[in-house]
Amino acid sequence: MIGIKKRGKKNNTQGKSGAQQVLVSFFATVVALLLGMLLISALGFDPVKAFSSMLIGSFGSLNAFAETLVKMTPLIYTGMSFALASRCGLTNLGMEGQLYMGALAGTAAGIYLTGLPAAIHIPLTMLAGFLGGGLWGLIAGSLKVRFGASEIITTVMLNTIAINFIDYMVNGPMIEPPGINCQTPPVQDSAILGNLIPGTRAHMGFIIALVFVLLFWLYLWRSKPGYEVRVSGLNMEAARYSGINTNKNILLVMFLAGGLAGLAGWNEIVAVQIRMIPSVSPGYGFDGIAVSLVGNNAPLGIIIGAFLFGAFRAGGNRMQIMAKVPNAIVSVIQALVIITIVASQMVLEKWNDRKLQQESGSKEEV
Amino acid sequence: MGVLNSISSYIATDIRMAAPILLAGLGLLLVNWSGLLYIGAEGTMLISAFAAVAGSFYLGSVWAGLLFGMIAGALFGLIFAFLTVTLRANQTVVGVALNVLGASLSATLNRVIFGVETTIAKIDTFETMAIPGLSKIPVIGPAFFNHMPIVYLAFLMVPLISFFLFRTQQGLNLRSVGENPRVSDTLGINVYRTRYTASILGNMIIGIGGAFLSTGLLNFFTEDMVSGRGYIALAAVIFGKYKPAGVMLAAMIFMAGNVVSNILQVSGAAIPYTFLTMIPYVLTIVALVVFASRAVAPNALGKPYKRG
Repeated sequence: MIGIKKRGKKNNTQGKSGAQQVLVSFFATVVALLLGMLLISALGFDPVKAFSSMLIGSFGSLNAFAETLVKMTPLIYTGMSFALASRCGLTNLGMEGQLYMGALAGTAAGIYLTGLPAAIHIPLTMLAGFLGGGLWGLIAGSLKVRFGASEIITTVMLNTIAINFIDYMVNGPMIEPPGINCQTPPVQDSAILGNLIPGTRAHMGFIIALVFVLLFWLYLWRSKPGYEVRVSGLNMEAARYSGINTNKNILLVMFLAGGLAGLAGWNEIVAVQIRMIPSVSPGYGFDGIAVSLVGNNAPLGIIIGAFLFGAFRAGGNRMQIMAKVPNAIVSVIQALVIITIVASQMVLEKWNDRKLQQESGSKEEV
Repeated sequence: MGVLNSISSYIATDIRMAAPILLAGLGLLLVNWSGLLYIGAEGTMLISAFAAVAGSFYLGSVWAGLLFGMIAGALFGLIFAFLTVTLRANQTVVGVALNVLGASLSATLNRVIFGVETTIAKIDTFETMAIPGLSKIPVIGPAFFNHMPIVYLAFLMVPLISFFLFRTQQGLNLRSVGENPRVSDTLGINVYRTRYTASILGNMIIGIGGAFLSTGLLNFFTEDMVSGRGYIALAAVIFGKYKPAGVMLAAMIFMAGNVVSNILQVSGAAIPYTFLTMIPYVLTIVALVVFASRAVAPNALGKPYKRG
């Protein structure tokens, strides 16, 4: 998304050095954090106490650090989901719904497939999760290709539809007998992921997510279909004229992006919740947008972004308890991060333009 | 008479529910015609819904609440214009950010000011205002002429904005900025100022829609109260082909889904509640699918403009 617009001459975002981009993200995050502290003190709280309790909550102990890993794992997936769609020039706001559908499909595979060894059962639940999210994403993709319906709107509508559908499923067909709590029965033991750090909640799902980041990189930067996706993202029209089947790309990317978000849901089921509940995600889907933007839609950046916002989520609860600051402030900071990132990118670009104009002297440069 | 009375009350419900969507849609219309693609209406409505409750709570008047809501909306409009017009940032990304900001800031302020207790602070809210004479007409009166002031305002704005957009010089200027900013610029229209004005005014109107949710339809603020209405309004604009009357029609049709779900619930049909809740959202998608390809968006919609 960033970088698909026409840019000034040589210094476009795509060509912009990685170092410069890292600097922008870092600077923007610091500014957003300072603004967040300002807001916290304006609301009458102690910003230092708020942030220190947040830090303790996310890094203060092995348990806290493990919690950060737990919270960042789904964000890696949703960040990749938004980034992949962005690379193709699409805006996938449907990660939340895709996550829910992936979680539901993963749960179903985890409960109803029985008698399998873990080595087979876990990959099957993963496949189910990917397909659940992927097909949900594909709906938005095909509505765009067939009817020109904006994916920005359809994905958001599909979020609400998915969440209501899950509400129905966990209260009806999939409810745990005898039907007192609105939740499904737990998945089979053979579907549950192992522990990563003994004695904590950190689980192997984190490692699997990192493997998917590698696949994400291989696909986009080391394969021909991935190259075509990126070309479509830079300029859909030009890609079409050069013989790339852009419609096929939109369908494929919405499927894959949905699948990645679905894996976030799958991860929550087989590693954290063990069963489907109506509130399986506290907004991981929406967090993916900020994760992807902080990471400039790039693999390493997404991991860093997920780490940042995962730490916020892990520490937010402690901040709420210790400093009495509502943890919704974490999302305020997230919004501020997005705003400061786009703003500083544009300021930098303007500055580059001006420098370019000065260098070219009297030559015509518009 | 029983049937007629329930039809009359269904129409009244539809009109009342359509009002916030209509207001948000009309606000978006102004923003869109100036060439700005704003997907942050959800965030604007949330922050305005909260501001209205806060204003009504502190100043004891629902009209003060409305003013607060409009100011909050205007601020969002200003932020959006600064980022997308002056800095030329990606409009979709900024819209997303304002959605997140509206949702989280309203939630934070709500928890700080009103706490998380279950008791709801008592605030002044809008009351129905029967139009003398007209409201006494059987069936039609209760359906159309016994509403809250904001509902009348919303529907009165349809011809007003229509007149402004298509019959005044300022409206023409606004639309030409959205169609072709470069040419407008050479004709002496200030593109930046036009877009700033459209963004601020448009968001104010969206803000009225948000304020009506919390001080008209309800009498308190909850964190997910807008529940997709900002996006439904976006769909209403496309469905309505960027015309005020079209937006009105779209809002009425989308919210008729609520009426249908009410009827189904009352009739005891064996459809789970959650499926009934989905109806307006499904309708929105269907409407987009059927009509999206025929909508004519302003030419420069979503494209950043660089003066020079």
